[in-house]
Amino acid sequence: MGDFLDLFLNFEIMAKSWPLLAKGLGITAKLCAAVIGLGLAGGLMLALGALSPRRWLKWPAIAFIDLFRAIPPLVLLVFVFSGLPFAGLDLTPFLAVVIAFFLNNSAYYAEVFRAGIQSVPKGQAEAARATGLSQPQAMLHVILPQAVRNVLPDLLSNTVEVVKLTSLASVVSLAELLYSANMARSVTYNSSPLVLAALIYLAILWPLVRLISRYQRGLAAH
Amino acid sequence: MTAPSPVHRRPMLEINRLEKRFGETRVLTSIDLSVAPGELVFVIGPSGSGKSTMLRCCNRLEEPSSGTILLDGEHVTDCRGAALDRMRLKIGMVFQGFHLYPHKSVLGNVMLAQIRALKRPKAEAKARAMEMLEHVGLAHKADAMPAELSGGQQQRVATARALALDPKVMLFDEPTSALDPELVGSVLKVMRRLRDEGMTMLVVSHEMGFAREAADRVVFMDGGVVVEAGPPEAIFGNPQSDRLKSFLARVSKDEE
Repeated sequence: MGDFLDLFLNFEIMAKSWPLLAKGLGITAKLCAAVIGLGLAGGLMLALGALSPRRWLKWPAIAFIDLFRAIPPLVLLVFVFSGLPFAGLDLTPFLAVVIAFFLNNSAYYAEVFRAGIQSVPKGQAEAARATGLSQPQAMLHVILPQAVRNVLPDLLSNTVEVVKLTSLASVVSLAELLYSANMARSVTYNSSPLVLAALIYLAILWPLVRLISRYQRGLAAH
Repeated sequence: MTAPSPVHRRPMLEINRLEKRFGETRVLTSIDLSVAPGELVFVIGPSGSGKSTMLRCCNRLEEPSSGTILLDGEHVTDCRGAALDRMRLKIGMVFQGFHLYPHKSVLGNVMLAQIRALKRPKAEAKARAMEMLEHVGLAHKADAMPAELSGGQQQRVATARALALDPKVMLFDEPTSALDPELVGSVLKVMRRLRDEGMTMLVVSHEMGFAREAADRVVFMDGGVVVEAGPPEAIFGNPQSDRLKSFLARVSKDEE
């Protein structure tokens, strides 16, 4: 038992590795901000494209969404990081991760937005257009606020997935939280830094997960 | 060429040879209808007769297959893009299902298009919204959310939302069909008041009693054509066609 605590819950080693993990956490935060921000914006654009009556917008958007939802994110990441340099595109690990996860994640957000927009009754758009609002105005002021409200739990769920997804970045040696923890582990010959990393993920994501559950219960009660 | 209108003034709303097809199905066939300024024209007919489609063609929620529609002499049917949006500001519409924006307060519902489409300053839009809510008897509900209102109240807010844009004509698409019977009166009261103030109105409705009492003219549609049109006394008191006679017989049976 003493060995177990010493190997996994060694507070001394946790404290020592904290500065390294804090740095990693900073990079994870930056990564999340970039991927979530770009993913939301890209997802919204893709959803609007996929729902457009114009074929030259609709089909490319649907193809993009299908393609990047079907490719495993790790495959995508390795391809962007290791494959693209052969085409003369040398990317930093950070940029490679942002691009790969943006492609994956915007496709997922797009599906959520699309479901949200389609959940708003047709009469809402008709009422808006009948009062002289343009198509973009009707979308922005009437459809989207209702669409986002209807799929908020799904948007949050997807966001939780993104945060977890960023740990894959350790594969391309980006010193985010998991990578830093693993470094600390190999230096100290002790797994406690990994446990600390897991606790940090838990501390960030558990409130979010709780919020989603509460929100879903709330929706069900209506 | 269409026959000259019996009204000497230029019609406020003029529908000429309107046709609407959905694929192979012809829903409207050569509809001619004009509404004079200040006139209240009632459109009656069995469901599926095309009356709602005709109304929805007037503000191009439905795209006419052919024919022209003019509002106060201006072509509605030629408008594209921003010009169509501006044209729609002059055509108020009230729907059977109200379609208030559930995420906005009553006041927000009445202000939105004033600010975004009409580009009114916020303070002015708010004043105008309050004035219109007063008009439909709901100023005290300005801060309520639509879900907190009865159907009749929602429909009156929807009417205020359309009126706040100072339209030249109001289209009502079965405004009372989704309401509980005891709430119908409040909506009809607002419509009667609008009529008395000289608003031009085209109304699709099953409220025969109201049509008899308030309409200047009644148009009977069936199978996508205008079968008969005339003053309410003639339409209800002395129907000419068999189709109108049997329709009125069916309706009065339902009302018993």
